[in-house]
Amino acid sequence: MLEISVIGLGLVLMLADLFVPAERRRFIGYAAIAALGVLLVTSLSGNGSCGQFGTAFGGMFVNDALSLFFKQLFIVAAILVLFMAAEFSDKLAEGSVAEYYSLILFALAGMLFAASSNDFTMLFVSIELITITFYVLVSFQRSKLQSLEAGVKYLILGALSSSFMVFGIALIWGTTGELNFTKLADFLIKTPEVATSQIFLLGVLLVLVGLGFKIAAFPFQIWAPDVYQGAPTPTTAFLAIGSKAAGFVLLLRVLFTAVPSVTAHWANLLIIISGITILYGNLCAIPQRNLKRLLGYSSIAHAGYLLLGVAALSASGQSALMYYLAGYVFTVMAGFFVITLVMRHLASEDISGLAGLNRRSPLLAATLTIAMVSLAGIPPLAGFFGKFLLLKAVIEVAQTTGNHGYYCLAFIALAGVIISLYYYFGVIRAIYWSKDPEDLSPIEISSPAKLSIWACLAGIFWIGLFPNTVLNITNLAAAALGK
Amino acid sequence: MSILTYIAGWPLLAALALVVVPRNYRVIIRTIAVLATLISAVLAVKMFCQFVPGANGFQFEQQIPWVESLGISYHVGVDGLNVGLILMGAIVAFAAALCSWEIQTREKEFYILLLVMTGGILGAFASLDLFFFYFLHELALVPTFIMIGVWGRGEKKNYATFQITIYLSIGALIALIGLIALYLQSGANTFDIPKIIEHAKTNPLAVNAQNFIFPLLLFGFGILVSLWPFHSWAPLGYGVAPSPTAMLHAGVLKKFGLYGLIRIALPLLPQAAQSWAHVIAWLCVGNILYVGWVAMRQRDLNLLIGNSSVAHMGFIFLGIASLNLIGVTGAVLIMIAHGFLAALTFALSGYIYKQTGTLQISELGGLCRKLPFIGTALLMAALAGCGLPGFANFVGEATVFFGAWKTFPAITIIALWGALVIGGIYMTRAIRNILHGPLPEKWNSIADASNAWRKLPYALLLVSLLVFGFLPKLLTEKINPDAQKIVAMATGSTAVSAVVVGVAPTTLSSGATPADTREPRALPENFVAQNK
Repeated sequence: MLEISVIGLGLVLMLADLFVPAERRRFIGYAAIAALGVLLVTSLSGNGSCGQFGTAFGGMFVNDALSLFFKQLFIVAAILVLFMAAEFSDKLAEGSVAEYYSLILFALAGMLFAASSNDFTMLFVSIELITITFYVLVSFQRSKLQSLEAGVKYLILGALSSSFMVFGIALIWGTTGELNFTKLADFLIKTPEVATSQIFLLGVLLVLVGLGFKIAAFPFQIWAPDVYQGAPTPTTAFLAIGSKAAGFVLLLRVLFTAVPSVTAHWANLLIIISGITILYGNLCAIPQRNLKRLLGYSSIAHAGYLLLGVAALSASGQSALMYYLAGYVFTVMAGFFVITLVMRHLASEDISGLAGLNRRSPLLAATLTIAMVSLAGIPPLAGFFGKFLLLKAVIEVAQTTGNHGYYCLAFIALAGVIISLYYYFGVIRAIYWSKDPEDLSPIEISSPAKLSIWACLAGIFWIGLFPNTVLNITNLAAAALGK
Repeated sequence: MSILTYIAGWPLLAALALVVVPRNYRVIIRTIAVLATLISAVLAVKMFCQFVPGANGFQFEQQIPWVESLGISYHVGVDGLNVGLILMGAIVAFAAALCSWEIQTREKEFYILLLVMTGGILGAFASLDLFFFYFLHELALVPTFIMIGVWGRGEKKNYATFQITIYLSIGALIALIGLIALYLQSGANTFDIPKIIEHAKTNPLAVNAQNFIFPLLLFGFGILVSLWPFHSWAPLGYGVAPSPTAMLHAGVLKKFGLYGLIRIALPLLPQAAQSWAHVIAWLCVGNILYVGWVAMRQRDLNLLIGNSSVAHMGFIFLGIASLNLIGVTGAVLIMIAHGFLAALTFALSGYIYKQTGTLQISELGGLCRKLPFIGTALLMAALAGCGLPGFANFVGEATVFFGAWKTFPAITIIALWGALVIGGIYMTRAIRNILHGPLPEKWNSIADASNAWRKLPYALLLVSLLVFGFLPKLLTEKINPDAQKIVAMATGSTAVSAVVVGVAPTTLSSGATPADTREPRALPENFVAQNK
């Protein structure tokens, strides 16, 4: 099974750490990447276990088009993060690189479980596996105060949200006696009075609090900027993609598989959360000078855009969400890759550190520009088509349900896009227009880093220009959810 | 492959090719850019000549499915409405590429952006798919911002860049919401414009949906076209922009919103268009009168041209608002004529700026002695801008006035004032102060456009203005049949005959009336003949 192989791989890496000489540790990472690449190919070709759709462990574990899509997404993200970690390894504490790699793999295993979880126990276990590894990953630069601070913040808030979630699961269990998503949905159909009981609804709400923390949606977003800023850059990248996507796949499963009857009544709640998240993230990003902090706020805003797809309560919304995530992986990875390479020798990740990047390394300058432009949602890049699909889904619901909240949401999303243009272009301006950069030494890029940057760029353009393939996959995945 | 794909494709292909050319090979970079736009322009002329006026449906069509599940396809084709616009766009792009010699820094990036902009906008005009229509326009719009930001001039550069970026993005996104809502509401489940229109003929959109979508399109596109009171980005943006960018944007890109209104909003949202026509008409008074008045007060040549170009948009809106055959035909005519004119004036002001380093009208003077060619061209452009017969603008403006007279007599009178008096005042005053009078000593060293290459872009644009001014039939015979279809849908097919025929019996106490009784196609030509 995919998950077992990933965990096994993580363990092997830890062992390998003992036998491989220190100067060749970088290659442990490349070995892990190669192994993950094999897993990705098997999962794509449909030969591996995840190609066989069905459930296991008494319905706790499900393999369907949705889980397959997210698993591939997670593996791609992990491969890119490992590449990034290899570049970042000299900033990590002496002799701990392999540990870092294996932690990434453990987090990946948690995400893979999350993609397949069809049961509240499974949900909790996978979330905890992800979160606890991330506590360590965030505070991995032990000598750096900021990193430790970020780790502590993440730990406290993460523990708090986990306890909310456990409480919520307990309430759901107490009122219905079911933990399995599918069985719970059947139970709610048979006994509709439970679906309206206050305690049950509180339980669902508390589970959503826990998931809202993972995706950094308003009002559980406070941790994001601090943690993004303090954490080592590869961790931040993985947090921005993997952790967020895991939150979204669980959110989709809970809302649309477990409690669809409740979700249908919560449209306005989702609209409000989505709208405020978009505005909060975008408005707070405007004054930021630290690049990672800025991306932290922008990731809150993107959580808001992704929530548009959830709030739409339709298959096209869910498909749009997944499409957006697929584009988001490559875009954010490209952005963080450049930050890793440019800023690894600087004390802080201030935007001014980008000055003169176009002369230091045209490739990195172009990559960051394309990433920012794609995040801003400008054609022909991935971000544009994703936002287009999300908006289309929202307006579609607005027209079929006649709920004017959706129109407001569409306009808020637009306002968000406009605001985001300001700060994304601020970054681009820092690259090309800044006056008198002090440091004009060219940046050396290793060939694996170059390879992954080109892969990210190809992904951004491919998803933006040829949406057909990915769209078909996400449509299938959304259909699997609706069953 | 359709010739349209080549027209839009060559510049994009050249942009890709330029990416791999080393930046030191300046001559090669420039040659590739000029050659690509030249090929586009030649192909566009060829297409324009091969176009059969009044043929049924679209010509030079090509369709490739892109996203089947959403009904998006790459679909290009021309009819009378966009054939002239594509020709104009391609010629202006060629002229802009020729004028780009004024760019001295980072040429490679500039030419790449210029080519992307050219390919994007020509593709947008050719596109018959809602998604690509928007997508390609956005592709052309973004380079504008970067070009203004990097190669712009003057102290207000950063402010102007941010203003134009945010303003135009708002407009584009509002229009996007309108287009998506239109797609969903039409129920045709395709982004293909002809199919949506066909579908709407049998299942028209509900009136309240129309009333919701039309303002989105009107104001979204309106912002892009600088409809008063959303025009303030235009003069400043053009004042700061490098002249090739200003040429392409003011000349070609800006017409996209108008084209969108005519192509999409009028036929698909007829009831809403009728109820909003008054609003458009009054807003365009703001364009013509208010912005014209603002233009009179300008001390900077580029700001003056920018404002006057905003004022000209008012005539086009008036033509659209009139919702009859003559008005819409006139609107398309001005779109084409103004494209040439705006490009010409910005190119000339760019030349003067390059030579003198200033565009403050008070500092210039007597330039005609030093710059006989540029000066004469500027004089002719100014006269065209005032609507002098013989230039294409006159034909368009006169046609619009005839069209609008029946529906909005009061506004037409105001607009006539705006066109003839206000336009005349600021244009002639600028000409007097810049070209005539004493020549300040500091300008003794400036030089005129020296060789044929330098003169070519100005001459090309002037000739285009004159050709369509003397032979407007070239355009009207193409525009008319298709404008008729649009108007028929916009007014309900029974009403259309009333509009066309009904013009004749109306007796109006204006000097313009006799012309109304003639066949619309022959009308502008006649006027040129009379006024010669």
